[in-house]
Amino acid sequence: MAAEPTAQESRSRDLDKLLLRPGNLVGPNFEPGPALRDDLKEYGRVLVVGAGGLGCELLKDLALSGFRKLEVIDMDRIEVSNLNRQFLFRLEDVGKPKAEVAAKRVMERVSGVNIVPHFCRIEDKELEFYSKFSIIALGLDSIEARSYINSVACSFLEYDSDDSALEETSKPMVDGGTEGFQGHARVIVPGVTPCFECTIWLFPPQVKFPLCTLAETPRTAAHCIEYAHLIKWDEVHSGKAFDPDDPEHMKWVYNEATKRAELFGIPGVTYSLTQGVVKNIIPAIASTNAIISAACVLETLKIASGCSKTLSNYLTYNGAEGLHTEVTEFVKDKDCLVCGPGVLIQLDTSITLEKFIDLLKEHPKLLLSKASITHRGKSLYMQAPPVLEEMTRSNLSIPLFDLIGKIPKDVVHAIGTTTKNDKKTSCLRKLRVVFKGVDGIADMDTAGET
Amino acid sequence: MQKLRTIWNYEHFYPFALPNLPSRYRIYLQILSWASWRDAISSLACNNKPICIPTDHKVVFLFSFALLALSRCRDLHCASAGNMIKLFKVKERQREIAANANGKPPVKKQSAGELRLHRDISELNLQKTCTISFPNGKDDLMNFEVTVRPDEGYYLGGTFMFTFQVSPVYPHEAPKVKCKTKVYHPNIDLEGNVCLNILREDWKPVLNINTIIYGLFHLFTQPNYEDPLNHDAAAVLRDNPKMFESNVRRAMAGGYVGQTLFPRCM
Repeated sequence: MAAEPTAQESRSRDLDKLLLRPGNLVGPNFEPGPALRDDLKEYGRVLVVGAGGLGCELLKDLALSGFRKLEVIDMDRIEVSNLNRQFLFRLEDVGKPKAEVAAKRVMERVSGVNIVPHFCRIEDKELEFYSKFSIIALGLDSIEARSYINSVACSFLEYDSDDSALEETSKPMVDGGTEGFQGHARVIVPGVTPCFECTIWLFPPQVKFPLCTLAETPRTAAHCIEYAHLIKWDEVHSGKAFDPDDPEHMKWVYNEATKRAELFGIPGVTYSLTQGVVKNIIPAIASTNAIISAACVLETLKIASGCSKTLSNYLTYNGAEGLHTEVTEFVKDKDCLVCGPGVLIQLDTSITLEKFIDLLKEHPKLLLSKASITHRGKSLYMQAPPVLEEMTRSNLSIPLFDLIGKIPKDVVHAIGTTTKNDKKTSCLRKLRVVFKGVDGIADMDTAGET
Repeated sequence: MQKLRTIWNYEHFYPFALPNLPSRYRIYLQILSWASWRDAISSLACNNKPICIPTDHKVVFLFSFALLALSRCRDLHCASAGNMIKLFKVKERQREIAANANGKPPVKKQSAGELRLHRDISELNLQKTCTISFPNGKDDLMNFEVTVRPDEGYYLGGTFMFTFQVSPVYPHEAPKVKCKTKVYHPNIDLEGNVCLNILREDWKPVLNINTIIYGLFHLFTQPNYEDPLNHDAAAVLRDNPKMFESNVRRAMAGGYVGQTLFPRCM
């Protein structure tokens, strides 16, 4: 009677302190008890995006924090240089997909956890795939990938007729990021906190060297490497694209950079620096990943269980000199094109695109004239340039309902001019169009026919 | 220092570092995190019986508490995100019911970059001698071509085609612009790389496609020998503008300048 329960107890002992006991700092509607712990196992589905330095830590921490249904997505294969910090991987795993190995290793060690790996690009998955998760944890290294996942998660968000976000449609994200001794953890609850796009302007621009400096007056090892990568490669391999993941290509760039550095008497070109400059790699530190991951997983647990109010909403960590952390509350951009409510417009299904564009002129919240309309990346009508106007003109006489695929409601974007303080300004607006007399069931019927 | 002092108020969350000087915080955190890492490595690395996971688990939670403490330093308003598990439960059941129904058709995601580009394109204010075209049709505006016909200067009468490749995180990143017409120009090399400051080091999100096209125009009216990509052309422009002019004419008419053959572009 003694051995078995003790092992189980020790596994969830720390978690139980958070989930089974009441407290004075807990979130609203927090109901401690074993039922909460069991629900977490049963209904807490978390997607980990990225199985790199941070992703490995996230998977391990989530598995050890009581989450049982995990999935992980990563498009990379394991490289030797990953092994110092991506602790789920071994030398014999080099060349295998990160997601698969990481899932297998964590499942071997933590009983009861089920992790489904996905070895593919995040763009390859349907929106449907992302909708099944309760929370998405991000262990990514690029703005582009974050921006993509953010737009996917925000696309599930719906607003009611008073422009209040519907909580049940919000897909929370927890984003972690590290760079050397620095890192951040942030909570994104679409509709409640700012989304990634609301604050994207805070990112500093990437350092780029002028091409002519590379070609004429290189001064640093990085200049020589970028010369080989950006200029010399095209000169020699006409038309062949450079693949940063191909070691042959990287070796070639390294050799060319070495030659150029010798020519100009510049020291410091090494193979690892070449990789660093070309792939924009900043050395990663295992302890930073561990700390940031811990913060992210704790936030995930807090969002799911309510055992504490969540971080509000951006934590930065700097361990380079002493220890400094700071929590900043970013504010939402109410007109954000990605997470904002947009302007609600109710329409009949018979309204043509031309009539719709006319309506925007008179709509009191918009007063948008000469509007161009886009829908999910498709140009429905473009006022300019003439070549696009001509290509899209035939859409004007077609009902908007048909143009957007006969769905009862969706988001379209309008670009036009509006008059503000007697001055004409251009603006880009998000519009939530809802068609009268079409409900979800009718939608499914038509979807089945077409 | 102020931040460090706030940790002291949360001794019940993070008892280890307390008796020490603030500068030691870092050491403790580092040691703990390295311990976590090393434990994980050594326990996973050996194929023998693994050491017990709860050690690792505790470390994770210690960190979490430290960070939890830090995150408490501010008033927290994120209240509506609390206890979503009930919501997840309801949704899971709904999903089971809906599992039999038809899935939605696949939909394309529109990135914020695409939206901003749509705006740039619809507000293009092109010179008369400039044209834009979309080889992939009206639904791919992220890849397009711009043809520039300079109306003065050395390159008068020539037609030069540029390809634009726009990233989904535009305008955070500048578009990639290449010159597809082989041209004898000090700031454009024979592979089509263009040395224009706003395309690389001086790009700012407030700039737009219009600005870049003006910049390209400017390159033809005011070629600049101080920022050379084509070294030879730059040297000729600097030392002998007359000869540069005749070289440009020869290249544009379709002929050799030195060892290089330029196709006709007039």
